[in-house]
Amino acid sequence: MGAIVYGYFTDELDLLHGIKELQEKGISIEDVRTPFPVHGLDSVLKLRRSHLPKVAFLAGIVGLTIGMGFQIWVFTKGWPLNFGGKPYMSIPSFIPVAFELTVLFAAYTMGISFLVRSKLGPGQIPDILDEKVTDDHFQIILSEEKNKMNNEELSAALAATGALDVKLLKGEQ
Amino acid sequence: MIEKKVIPEAVPFKFSQKLKNILYIAAVVGLLALVWGIFVDKAPSARIWANVWLNSLIFLFIGLGSLFFWAVNTLGESGWQTSFQRVLEAMGQTIPFAAILLLMALPGMKDLFEWTHTDHLDEILQSKTAYLNIPFWLIRFAVYFAGWWFFANRLRKISIKNDLEPTENFLKRIRSTAGWFMVFFAVTSSMSAWDWLMSIDAHWFSTLYGWYTFSSMFVLALAVIILITIAFKKYNILPHIRDEHLHDLGKYLFGFSIFWAYLWISQYLLIWYSNIPEETHYFVERTENFNELFYLNVLINFLVPFLALMTRGAKRQPLYLAVIACVLIAGHWLDIYLAIMPGVVGHEEAKIGVLEIGLPFFYFAAFLWIFFISFGKAKATPENHPYFKESFDYENI
Repeated sequence: MGAIVYGYFTDELDLLHGIKELQEKGISIEDVRTPFPVHGLDSVLKLRRSHLPKVAFLAGIVGLTIGMGFQIWVFTKGWPLNFGGKPYMSIPSFIPVAFELTVLFAAYTMGISFLVRSKLGPGQIPDILDEKVTDDHFQIILSEEKNKMNNEELSAALAATGALDVKLLKGEQ
Repeated sequence: MIEKKVIPEAVPFKFSQKLKNILYIAAVVGLLALVWGIFVDKAPSARIWANVWLNSLIFLFIGLGSLFFWAVNTLGESGWQTSFQRVLEAMGQTIPFAAILLLMALPGMKDLFEWTHTDHLDEILQSKTAYLNIPFWLIRFAVYFAGWWFFANRLRKISIKNDLEPTENFLKRIRSTAGWFMVFFAVTSSMSAWDWLMSIDAHWFSTLYGWYTFSSMFVLALAVIILITIAFKKYNILPHIRDEHLHDLGKYLFGFSIFWAYLWISQYLLIWYSNIPEETHYFVERTENFNELFYLNVLINFLVPFLALMTRGAKRQPLYLAVIACVLIAGHWLDIYLAIMPGVVGHEEAKIGVLEIGLPFFYFAAFLWIFFISFGKAKATPENHPYFKESFDYENI
C-alpha cells in the first residue's frame, strides 16, 4: 500500500462539505471513517448498496426450509408422537419453530457476513489510524497512488477543506 | 447531503366540480348496489345490515387509524409526518360522520347482535348481560365517539391555530393532547372491538381480539394515507413529498401487515392447540364454511405485502406502492367481512355479490367527500410546525 494522507473533522456536515470540495478538485477518496452512519454519505461517495438484505432473505429461506423440513420429518417419519390427538402433520404447530429458525438464520448469517466482509471479528487487528473515529471524529483518507498527486498537494488540498490534524502515513514498500 | 431537486410550486387544493362528479357517481353506484341487494337480489335483512355495519366500521377505522398514526408520531417526536400532517388531520375529521353511519345501522341491531334478544335458556349470554345490554352498549358507544371526536377536534384546532399565531408551547400542548388520546385510545380501541365485532359471536371470546382489530384498522388507515399522499404528490398539492416519505409509509404498511399476521396466528394457534369446543367453534365455522376466504385472508394480508414490500425499491415506487395499498384495503375489508358475516348472516346466506362489492363505493365516496372538505379548510401544510422544515429534508439509509 502506498502512502496515505488523512485528517479529521468534528462535524458530519463539515465532513460532507469537505468530501464535496475534494471531489470537485478531482481527488478520489480512498475511505471515510465515521463513528456512526452519516446520512447522505453513501450517495456522496457513490457507494453501491450493500448486498446484506439479499443475504438475509436467502438465509431466511434456508432457515424456514430447515425449520419446516426438520419438523415434518421428525413428526411424520423420525419419531411420530401423538399430541392431544392432533394429526402428526400439523402445520400450525410447526409455525413458531419455523419462524424462529428463519429469524435465527437470517440474523446470524447477516452478522457473520458483515464481520467477514468488513474484516472484523475475533483475532482480527482492525486497521484504525486514530481511535477517535470510534468516538466523535470523522476521518477522510486519501491515497497517493490513486490520485497522481504527491503528498504535499494532497495534504494541502485536505487541509484547505478545513480538515484538522492532517497527517501523512508512509506505506510499507 | 441531499441533492436539491427542483420542487414544483404547490397547487392550492380545490374541491373541483370534476372531483365532486366522480364522488357522486361512486356514491350512486354504492346506493344502486344497496337497492339491487334489497329489491333484485332479495337479500335477507341480516345480510343488508351486516353490509351496512361492515362498511361503516371500515369508514370509522380509516379515520380513527390515521388519528392514531398522527398521535403516535407526534408522541414519538418524529418530524417526517408533518409534511403530510394535514392529510391525517382531515382524515380524523371523519370520525363524527362514522358515528352517524354506525347509528344508521342500529335499526338492524336485532339482526346484528344475538345478545340483544337472548332467551332464558341461553346461559352463556344470560351471564353476560351485565356488560352486553342495549343501554350500556349505547352509553359506551357515546363515550367512545365523544372521546375520539374531542381529541380529533382538539388536535386539529391546536395545529391550525399554530398556522396563524405560532406559540412557544405548541409542541408541548400537542404532545400532551396526543398522549391523553393514546391512553383513551388504548382502552377504547379494544373495548369498541368487543362491542362492535366480537359481540357478534357473543358465545365466544378471545382476549387479543382488540389488538387484532386494531392491527386491521391501522393497516387500513395506512393504505388510505398512502393512496391520498401519492395522489396529492402527483397533483402537486403536496409537491415536497419525496420517495423518502413513501419509503417510510411503505415500511409502516409492511411492518403492520406482519403485526397483523402475528396476531392472527397467535389467536388461531392458541385456540387450535387447546381445542376447547367453546373456543374452537368460531374457527370451525370459518374453516368449514368460508374455507377459501379464510385462507385467502391470510394470503392477501400477510403473504402479498410481505413479499411485495420487502425490497427498498418496492417501497419507493409510487405506483407499485399504490397497487399494494389497494390490495390491502380489499384484504382488510375481507378480514372484517369474515369477522361479521359468519355470525350475522350464516354461511347459507352469506356471499360476495353485487351488494358486497358495490356498497363500499358509497362509503369511500362519503369518506373522501368529508375528507376533501376538511382538507380544503386549512393550509395544505403546517408551515409553522417546528419540525416542518426537517420533514422533507431527510434520507433513509
